[in-house]
Amino acid sequence: MKKVKQLDIKKIRNDFPILSKKVNGKKLVYLDNSATSQKPKRVINSISDYYSNYNSNVHRAIHSLGERATLKFEEAHEKVARFINASKEEIIFTRNTTESLNILAYSLGKEITSKDNIVITEMEHHSNIVPWQQLCKRTGAELRYILINKEGKLDLRNIPIDNNTKIVSVVHVSNVLGTINPVKEIGKIAHKHKALLIIDGAQSVPHLKIDIRNIDADFMAFSGHKMLGPTGIGVLYGKKEHLKKINPVFFGGGMISSVTQEDAQWTDIPTKFEAGTPNIEGAIALAVAIDYLEELGMDSICNHIKELTSYAMKELSQLKNITIYGPRNRERAALISFNLIGIHPHDVAQLLDKEGIAIRAGHLCAKPLMNTLGTAAVCRASFYFYNTKQEINSLVSSLKKVQEVFK
Amino acid sequence: MNDMYQEELLDHYKNPRNQGALKNFDIKFHDTNPLCGDELTITVKVKDNRIQDVKFDSRGCAISVASSSKLSEQLKNKTLQEVIKLDNKFVLDLIAVPISPMRLKCALLSLKALKKGICGYLGQELKE
Repeated sequence: MKKVKQLDIKKIRNDFPILSKKVNGKKLVYLDNSATSQKPKRVINSISDYYSNYNSNVHRAIHSLGERATLKFEEAHEKVARFINASKEEIIFTRNTTESLNILAYSLGKEITSKDNIVITEMEHHSNIVPWQQLCKRTGAELRYILINKEGKLDLRNIPIDNNTKIVSVVHVSNVLGTINPVKEIGKIAHKHKALLIIDGAQSVPHLKIDIRNIDADFMAFSGHKMLGPTGIGVLYGKKEHLKKINPVFFGGGMISSVTQEDAQWTDIPTKFEAGTPNIEGAIALAVAIDYLEELGMDSICNHIKELTSYAMKELSQLKNITIYGPRNRERAALISFNLIGIHPHDVAQLLDKEGIAIRAGHLCAKPLMNTLGTAAVCRASFYFYNTKQEINSLVSSLKKVQEVFK
Repeated sequence: MNDMYQEELLDHYKNPRNQGALKNFDIKFHDTNPLCGDELTITVKVKDNRIQDVKFDSRGCAISVASSSKLSEQLKNKTLQEVIKLDNKFVLDLIAVPISPMRLKCALLSLKALKKGICGYLGQELKE
């Protein structure tokens, strides 16, 4: 087995200006990485570099600045493609995961009829529920759910995919449970029934090494800001053969090959899906973020956060009056949702904030799953490679203090 | 750690006053705070245009439960018009601890629900 390089966390933390800030007079302990990650200096600087040195619109400018911006923008497609083992025509820049999924719901939706069904899971984020729910309302198609078992994993014995299933859209890593779903296996079943597999990769692409060819997904959506990039830049991956076939849902500048008063033809992929002036600096900064992740190595990142999550799980489990959600084994993602019995998550988060600790509290945009779990809200601590065991110790000792306040 | 969660506020959270539902009511209104999943159902008995009795069934964070508890103590014998005129400051003064901007909705949920319920009963539009 290849030896995986250990990360120098102290050195890494110096790359992130925000990690040395104080919040409410206390050292920031940032444990809300599933919501958005922090950004290294390099990414922050790349945005100001773009605006200071080569700000220009992409694609059609015949001048040096425009050429430089265009090259950088195209290189960003290439870097994202390489990162997930796709080719650059298969990478469409969007605003975020939500927009990517909505584009699919509209574009693929044109073929959906009332005889069809769409399969999602009980652990989806609202962004992978509501677009399909709306599509089903428009077309009369049926929305089906793969249910979860007591462990917080998908019940793979009862997968409601059949020959009328057209789309199977599954979250790769649950943002509430931390479950890593067997998307490749689900894809095999979907493909056997000639259905398309879509993956919501918002929580998985930042944390796991993704080989999209190997997973054999037809489409995947993810966001730049959860993987060190800025907000407002997201990705829609699609297999070349599909992207060539399906129609764009946004029309206008940049995405046409010719326009007459009566009609228009689309340009090649991926540009036909990127109407209007894109988020140029966002794409460029995302490429810088990917360079950074690749320099550390996704294997090393994965190892560090796995270790950290196991440690956090062990420490949190020792607290009294705590409910922890999701699988307890090592094969889970770097986030832990929990409740302190008798204390509302917002009160927990508020008190932790006084200690400089940032966690998330609420329904985490997964209300149907909250219903299944039998709670209105949860607390979630989520980790990235710059987090440390000391920070988890701070979390645990502050949670004890919260329990004291409410005793 | 703790300036928002004073003992008095926590007492209202742990032992909310006028908690539950009236069996015999004239106004019933359910509201939620989608931000944190707080849920609240109010029931009000009206007599001669005044609040004769009120109960809050509140499930949520300490701030929202305590604020509905404290508000509930102020309502009896007030006319419906008086209640509609109560402003946010009235509730914030009752709570009397600093409320961070993100928690304002929790603190104000009970007053908002109460006013919506009364306005529905009177057939009026609620002026925000």
